[in-house]
Amino acid sequence: MITYISIFITAIFVNNIVLSQFLGICPFLGVSKKVNTALGMGAAVTFVMTIATIVTYLLQKYLLDITGLQFMQTIVFILVIAALVQMVEIILKKVSPSLYQALGVFLPLITTNCTILGVAILVIQKNFNLIESVVFAVSTALGFALALTLFAGIREQLSLTNVPKSMQGIPIALIAAGLLAMAFMGFSGIKIG
Amino acid sequence: MNKLKIILNGITKENPTFVLLLGMCPTLGTTTSAENGMGMGLATMFVLICSNIVISLIKNIIPDKVRIPAFIVIIATFVTVLEMCMKAYVPALYSSLGLFIPLIVVNCIVLGRAESFAAKHGWFDSLLDGLGIGIGFTLALTLLGALREFLGTGKIFNMTLFPENYGILIFILAPGAFIALGYLIVIVNKLKSNKQ
Amino acid sequence: MAKTESTFLNMVLVLTIICIIVGTILGGVYKLTEAPIAKAEKAKQEKAIKDVAPDFDNDPIAEQYTHELYAGTNENMILTIFPAKKNGILVGAAVESLTRKGFGGEISIMVGFNADGSIRNYQVLKHAETPGLGSKMQEWFRTDKNHQSILGLNPGKGEMKVSKDGGNIDAITAATISSRAFIDAIQNAYRAFMGEPDVHSAASPKANQNKEEKK
Repeated sequence: MITYISIFITAIFVNNIVLSQFLGICPFLGVSKKVNTALGMGAAVTFVMTIATIVTYLLQKYLLDITGLQFMQTIVFILVIAALVQMVEIILKKVSPSLYQALGVFLPLITTNCTILGVAILVIQKNFNLIESVVFAVSTALGFALALTLFAGIREQLSLTNVPKSMQGIPIALIAAGLLAMAFMGFSGIKIG
Repeated sequence: MNKLKIILNGITKENPTFVLLLGMCPTLGTTTSAENGMGMGLATMFVLICSNIVISLIKNIIPDKVRIPAFIVIIATFVTVLEMCMKAYVPALYSSLGLFIPLIVVNCIVLGRAESFAAKHGWFDSLLDGLGIGIGFTLALTLLGALREFLGTGKIFNMTLFPENYGILIFILAPGAFIALGYLIVIVNKLKSNKQ
Repeated sequence: MAKTESTFLNMVLVLTIICIIVGTILGGVYKLTEAPIAKAEKAKQEKAIKDVAPDFDNDPIAEQYTHELYAGTNENMILTIFPAKKNGILVGAAVESLTRKGFGGEISIMVGFNADGSIRNYQVLKHAETPGLGSKMQEWFRTDKNHQSILGLNPGKGEMKVSKDGGNIDAITAATISSRAFIDAIQNAYRAFMGEPDVHSAASPKANQNKEEKK
């Protein structure tokens, strides 16, 4: 149990995927102008990341490892993720139109979100078992959502302030992200168990 | 179209890092030193050029609806080839870039160029475009890497310029990446607005 | 050439063909690079052993054996020992050691011992400590300055500790936890080399969890 809690806390705070691993920067800068969209994106990523990690994990263990085709990992994973995103989109549309309306616009963006492929590869590299992988995927996604939402809150405030012309937009956002990353550094070194 | 112009276009007017703001993950994640930045830039350039050439050659064979998956497979192939070659011949660089090598697959620059340039132009122009964008990306990463290495440890390309004890460690850590890139873009914006 | 129509048959056909071609190319490249990759990895290991162990004329990699520490606990680890022999006599060994007490997780170190158990040299193989601080481990503990160097010390004669814990080894400035972890790895290596049975309590001082110590 303590292992899972440790994975959970570490993935959300200590090794936050955006602020200390630098994955998923594009959506982090792109869809963080409003808190609501940030929440939607966070939810969509959590959803897809969990499913994608389970599927790629099983494929790795029961297909690639057995056939000795580990070198096809990148190709197989990215194709699975791309197909999965499409499938999720189609299924959501049929099964739960309201959820689709909330998450639908973000789904196409997720294929090229490197956090998904990144986490799928990381759980293999870290030698996690299936449950650990799922915990890791969920908590990483939550960490992503947390960073995104916090950052969106900051940017909502930023848009009201008077910023020098050459710093408007992305530059000031990057500098604010730097300060947020600094705050998250305070979590480093925390250990559980 | 002027051939030289295609290359220059990628370095200045459509510089992927400073102007298009694409491929931010490796830009921030691998630039702890000038050497790593350059390695990452060159690796991306290799994939860009190869995928651009192949895609422009077979663009007519691929039906429109499966365009994106086909492109992704082609890009992923070159990334895997690159990964294996790096493991075999430059293992040190491979281990310091780590996860970011397989993640070239999802680098928006590569797919973006395939979609917006290679799918519409001939193979030679696509090669030049890949080269230009690749050089622009490499330059940007090397610059950012050099800046962070200099501020953080007082070295550039492992050459000591001032004693390490005076380095500002934060610049090789995560927050420094965001801040350094932010200020570099500010400088680029300022130069652009001065020109106008 | 005319653009291929987006019929179902065409789509499946094109994708299948692409996948077959891609699979063949990758298989080929894999076969080509398989040997160099294995060679590069072996060369790295060989070099690390050569750097830390005393002069030898045997093949330490072929004679490697393992030793398990902390068996039965969730701390358990299996270390690999590469014995160095000259003219058939054991002159020392290189031990691929690790610790999980690092600031950022596991630290893996190749430690070289003389036959009497004194530390000859070491090389940090892998770590996830704060970049710029943890990476100082590679040089710090073999720089002959104040009480930094651990070379020549014998972990068997008195426990090694950083000065903050009452020992006589200077920790890396601003990286006490990394330094403690480093020494923990060295001690693990020593115990594996000596084939010492598990003494769980000895090498895991509670002080490691001390939260006051900020990095």
